[in-house]
Amino acid sequence: MILLRIEDLQRHFAAGGWLSRRPPVRAVDGVTFEIARGEVLGLAGESGSGKSTIARMVVGLDRPTAGRIVFDGTDLAGGFPNRAFRKRIQIVSQNPGSSFNPRRSIGASLALPLEVHGLGGPDRRARVGELLERVELPASFADRYPHQLSGGQRQRAAIARALAAEPELLVLDEPTSALDVSVQAKIVELLLRLVRELGLTYLFISHDLALMRQFASRVGVLHLGRLVELDATDRVFAAPSDPYTRRLLAAIPVVTEAEERLKPARVA
Amino acid sequence: MKLLQVEHLDVTLTTERGAARVLDDVNIAVGAGERVGLVGESGCGKSLTLRAILDILRTPPARVTAGRIWFDGQDTRVLPAVEREALRGREMAMVFQDPMTALNPVFSVATQMGDVLRWGDRRAGTRRGRIARCARIRDALDRVRLPDPDRVMRAYPSMLSGGMRQRVLIAMALLNAPRVLLADEPGTALDVTTQDEVLRLLNDLVQADGLALLLVTHNLGVVRGMTDRVLVMYSGGIVETAPTAAIFAEPLHPYTRALFDCVPKLTGGALPKGIDGVVPDYLDPPPGCRFAPRCRHRMPVCDTPVPRFPVGPDREVACFLYRPT
Repeated sequence: MILLRIEDLQRHFAAGGWLSRRPPVRAVDGVTFEIARGEVLGLAGESGSGKSTIARMVVGLDRPTAGRIVFDGTDLAGGFPNRAFRKRIQIVSQNPGSSFNPRRSIGASLALPLEVHGLGGPDRRARVGELLERVELPASFADRYPHQLSGGQRQRAAIARALAAEPELLVLDEPTSALDVSVQAKIVELLLRLVRELGLTYLFISHDLALMRQFASRVGVLHLGRLVELDATDRVFAAPSDPYTRRLLAAIPVVTEAEERLKPARVA
Repeated sequence: MKLLQVEHLDVTLTTERGAARVLDDVNIAVGAGERVGLVGESGCGKSLTLRAILDILRTPPARVTAGRIWFDGQDTRVLPAVEREALRGREMAMVFQDPMTALNPVFSVATQMGDVLRWGDRRAGTRRGRIARCARIRDALDRVRLPDPDRVMRAYPSMLSGGMRQRVLIAMALLNAPRVLLADEPGTALDVTTQDEVLRLLNDLVQADGLALLLVTHNLGVVRGMTDRVLVMYSGGIVETAPTAAIFAEPLHPYTRALFDCVPKLTGGALPKGIDGVVPDYLDPPPGCRFAPRCRHRMPVCDTPVPRFPVGPDREVACFLYRPT
């Protein structure tokens, strides 16, 4: 069953001033894809490819210039119909250092979505503790402040905050790119456990194709606002169809000989 | 003796809660024409090591408390300040980490590169030297394969892309024809395709000039492609040193092995497991091996100081698993 369908999505930004004659920048230019319920779809691309712009539009932080964002049968391109709808899509953003209010305790930050959406029942504190334990943090972390947590712990807390609204779709915008590999591995493990346990659906956005290989069931590659490749993960890596995908794969610094053999020959 | 040699280097940070030994017995040797990689995760002391070598540690709080740093047979730590300064930026140059912030936004590229030239050579600063100076800057920009060097010279950093800025930084480091190049995470802030181009350029330049390269990075893939020898750092100490090919064929130290396992592979396969536990507190480090609390092979002897055990040619591991029997 299709949970999210993106149809010919466009997002243009005016270039220069409002009197400028330069053509608008087509940050997202005719992107179409679908995500089935329970699926992990990866969107890869370099900076400026439009991946974060798509993420922002899906969660309603930005409006498309044209196109449709159909979530569970309802078009969200013109805005969310109501708050109950909003809670069904949540986002985990890239930088755990700046996504928390430094003056609020973790517990207070986690209680906010509960408050906004009227969730958590009579005992919000207990629910906050539960959420923290879901992401393998001790419940006592509710009383800590963001600066007292390590990068990995903060990203766990950010995941807990996204889960607070009990979403169906989680948009992960570079959730591990600010972390060390040893911490990244732990976060990925947690995210994969959550997708199984809670029946979530992920739109996973990253520039790291190797990470995507181990995480996503299907992968799309964005280049200058266009989706140049979209296929099952294994196929994208075994036989990339687009020249840009091949260039991207060839540029990845790898650690084993087996990976080196897998990489397409470098295009001069 | 190698061109750049660091012996038993200790650096201590003075904090409100006490003294933290953030570098503990660090040994590095880089010969002319040799490329050495220093890898480790954030906070393990990689950048601090480079800063100590260049003598640009912020003192206080950081202070070199023991050890020797030899450059071309001279002990730089006992040199008079003037001579030490003369090495920096001329004999030893650094490519800084973040191309977005390493350049001053209010001066043009030509002005900033001119300053570096003047630092290296007083005559370049005179009015008469101006034409020669411009020519040298243009040549340097040309060497890093920047298209239209004349335009880049007049440009301000905000007018350049990240990849171009990284190239400018490389050109700047090479301006005074150094013999040792220290590179702190070059290309890390860039996209993979741009990073790939920048690293290959850096590699070509280093090999063409026969420079001694000390490359600091957290990216194991970069180390594999760019270096001849690898030093693995954990919590302020070097836990394993080996030729690049050997360590990628078979990592030995439990930390190195765990770190290699954490890297997601293009070939897919099982998910990496990560490393349990956290990096120890520098103020209260474990008594022996600093990795012991997170190590699967921990033995009672691990709580005593670990020597470096030689294993094979040009290879050492600081782990009791490799104690000769």
